Amino acid sequence: MRHIISILMENESGALARVANLFTARGYNIESLTVAPTEDQSLSRMTLVTRGSDEIIEQITKQLNKLIDVVKLVDLTEGGHLEREMMLIKLRAERTQREEIKRLVDIFRGKIIDVTDTSYTVELTGAASKLNAFVEAVNEELIIEVVRTGPSGIGRGPKGLGL
Amino acid sequence: MELSGGEIIVQCLKDEGVEHVFGYPGGAVLHIYDAIFKQKDVKHILVRHEQAAGHAADGYARATGKPGVMLVTSGPGATNAVTGIATAFMDSIPMVVLTGQVPTPVIGSDAFQEVDTVGITRPCVKHNFLVKRLEDLAETIKKAFYIATTGRPGPVVIDIPKDITDPGVKIPYHYPSKVRMRSYNPVVKGHLGQIKKAVKIMMEAERPVFYTGGGVVLDDAAKPLTDLVDTLGFPITQTLMGLGAYPGSGKHFLGMLGMHGTYEANMAMHETDVLIAVGARFDDRVTGHVKQFCPDATIIHIDIDPSSISKNVRVDIPIVGPVKQVLRDMLKVVNEGENNPKNQALKQWWEQIEKWRSMDCLKYDQSSDLIKPQQAVEVLHKVTKGDAYVTSDVGQHQMFAAQFYRFDKPRRWINSGGLGTMGFGLPAAMGVQMAFPKAEVAVVTGESSIQMCIQELATCLQYELPIKIILLNNGYMGMVRQWQEFFYESRYSQSGMSVTPDFVKLTESYGHVGMRVDKTKDLEGAMKEAFSHKDRLVFLDVVVDPAENVYPMIAAGKGHHEMYLSPGSELV
Ligand SMILES: Cc1ncc(C[n+]2csc(CCOP(=O)(O)OP(=O)(O)O)c2C)c(N)n1
Ligand SMILES: [Mg+2]
Repeated sequence: MRHIISILMENESGALARVANLFTARGYNIESLTVAPTEDQSLSRMTLVTRGSDEIIEQITKQLNKLIDVVKLVDLTEGGHLEREMMLIKLRAERTQREEIKRLVDIFRGKIIDVTDTSYTVELTGAASKLNAFVEAVNEELIIEVVRTGPSGIGRGPKGLGL
Repeated sequence: MELSGGEIIVQCLKDEGVEHVFGYPGGAVLHIYDAIFKQKDVKHILVRHEQAAGHAADGYARATGKPGVMLVTSGPGATNAVTGIATAFMDSIPMVVLTGQVPTPVIGSDAFQEVDTVGITRPCVKHNFLVKRLEDLAETIKKAFYIATTGRPGPVVIDIPKDITDPGVKIPYHYPSKVRMRSYNPVVKGHLGQIKKAVKIMMEAERPVFYTGGGVVLDDAAKPLTDLVDTLGFPITQTLMGLGAYPGSGKHFLGMLGMHGTYEANMAMHETDVLIAVGARFDDRVTGHVKQFCPDATIIHIDIDPSSISKNVRVDIPIVGPVKQVLRDMLKVVNEGENNPKNQALKQWWEQIEKWRSMDCLKYDQSSDLIKPQQAVEVLHKVTKGDAYVTSDVGQHQMFAAQFYRFDKPRRWINSGGLGTMGFGLPAAMGVQMAFPKAEVAVVTGESSIQMCIQELATCLQYELPIKIILLNNGYMGMVRQWQEFFYESRYSQSGMSVTPDFVKLTESYGHVGMRVDKTKDLEGAMKEAFSHKDRLVFLDVVVDPAENVYPMIAAGKGHHEMYLSPGSELV
C-alpha cells in the first residue's frame, strides 16, 4: 500500500542523506521525497511517499525513528490527511490545440502561467492522483516537459505535528 | 580555562573518565597528538594498523562495559578504521571514534588525504558528526558518549577538521555534565502491563525456552537472567553473542543455538510452545529458515531497540525496554506468585530434552594422534580453569571456542558475531589486556585469521601485553573448506593456507615466545607451559587435524530440526 510519512528532523547537514541512505541500504523504495525548512529554523519537514506491506512500513517507521536526527514522525495514511503536489507542465499549443487545452486546464482548476506562440506552461496543484489524471487527459504528443514537486501532506483537524 | 581544540579533546576525554585511547597519528590529527603528549591522564596506545585500533577499543568496551575510544587521521586513517567501526556497529558495541579531517576551508576540494568520512561511515555507525565550529566541540563529544552508551549502544564517529584543533585558537572550556537531545530519547523502562502479560503466558507454557543474546551481556543483566531462569526452571539457550550471561555449566543451559548450535538447543527451539527472546535479534545464523522457525511458539521478545522487534520474525508479546530492568521486574512478578509454572509439563519437557542431550552431539574422536581442535579448546579451558578472557577470529576455531569453552561469566567471550571479521581476535585481546593487565587473556585463532592483524605483535611487545595466542592451525580457511566439502563436492577453491610463515620464528622475531605442538599427548603440557610465562606473550601454534569439521550444522535454508550431526551423516 502507498504510505505518506511525514517527518520532523533536526535541520542538520546530512539529515537528508541519512534518510536516503537508510532506504537504499535496507532496500525500501522511495516514490518521492520533499524537504523544506519550517517556521522553526532548527527543524525541517520531510514528506516521504513509499510503498510496502504492513511489515515493511512498520520497519520503515521504526528505522526512521531510530535515526538520531529524527524528532517526530507520523504515517499520515493512518488517519485523515490532506495531500498536495504541484506540477509544472509545458505543452505544445499550436493554434488548433489552444482552446482545447485551455478548457482542460479550467476543468482541472489549473493556471496557464507562461505563453508563447507554440506553447503553454500550466501550473496545477492537487493530490498526486489528480495530477496523474491531467497528464493522462492531455494528448501525449503535446507534452514537452513535466516537473512535479512530489506530494507534501498534513493531517486533518486542529492538531499539528510539533515538538 | 582557555583551551585549544586539541586540548579540549583531551580534556573532554579526561572528564569523561577515559583512560585509554587506541590510535595512530597523521597530518590531520597532529595538533591532537601534541595535546596528548603534554599530559599523562589519558594513555595512548599506538597500534600498527588503524583496523586494530578499532578492534582494540572494541575489545576494551566488550570486556569492561565502558565505551572504547579510538583516534585516527583523515583519509587512509579513517578508511582503515572502517572495518573496526562496522564490526562494533554490528554487535552494538559502545565506541567513540575520533577522526581527523582536512581543514574546513578545503573540505570538498579533494585535498590531500581527504575522504568524506561522515559519508563513508554513515551506514555503519549509530550516529556521526562533523565538527564545524570550535564552540561546538566539547558538546559534540559529550553527545557522542551519550549516544554511544545509551539505548542500544553503538559506535559514534566525530570527524574533526584540522583547523578546529589549531593550538593558536583558544576558547573557554566547559564540558557539559549532561546533554538533552529532543530527537533522541531511548526507552528507559519496559511496560509493566506487557511484562505481566508475558509472565502469564510463561506460566501456562508446557515447553518453554529462553533464547538470549548479546543484549543481556551489554546491559549487564546476567544476574537477573540467571535468577529468573533458575527460579522458573526453564531451559535456556544462548546465541554466540550471549554466551556467559547464563553460566555455561549451569544446569538449565542447553548450549548455543543456531547454525552450529547443539542438537538439544535447536530441537528445543523447534518444539517450544513459548519462546522468551531476550536481547537477541533473530539473526539468520540463529533462526535458520525463518518460515520454519519455532513453528508452534508464542513469542515474547524483550529488547531495547523497537526496530529489532518483529524485524525478521513476527513477535506476539513485545516488551521494549532495558533488558536488566525488564528481567528484574519480571522476576518480581514471578515471585509475587499469582501463577506457578506447570511443573508436570516441565518435567516431561526436560525428559524430552535429556533424550536429545543423550545424542551427545558435540562428541569427537579423542583417540587420534592428530590434535583435534575441539580438544585444544578443552585443554585451554582446563589450564585456565575456565576463567580466561577468550577472544576469537572467524571460522571453525571460533565455533569450537564457542562450543567447548563453557563460559560461566559474561564479558569473557569476545568475538565478532555480526560482521564476522577475521583479524579481530588479537587486537581485541589487546584492548582486554589493557583493561585487565593481570587477567589471563587468550586468543583462539586460525592461521588465516591471525595473519590479518599479525602486525599487532609489535604493539603487544611495546605495551608488554602477555596475551596467549592459541592458533588452531589446520592449514586451511577451515570454515570455507567445510562449506566447499559439503556444498561444492570438495572443490577447495582458494581455501588452502599451507603457505604461512613459521609462526614460532615470526613470534620470536617480534620479541615474544613462540611454541609449536603437533601431538595429542604433548598438548596439555604445551598449554601449561604457554600459560606459565606470566609476563610474556606466547604464541602457541597448535597443529590440528586439517579435516575436522564443525558439527552440528544446520544447512543453509533449513529449519532447526534439520541438522548434520557427524561426518557422513544424513540430516536428522
Ligand atoms: C575479513 C574477512 N574475510 C573473509 C572472511 C570469510 N571467511 C570466514 S571464515 C574464513 C576462514 C578462516 O580461516 P582460519 O582463520 O584459518 O580459521 P579456520 O576456519 O581454519 O579455523 C573466511 C575466509 C571473513 N569472515 N572475514
Ligand atoms: Mg585455518
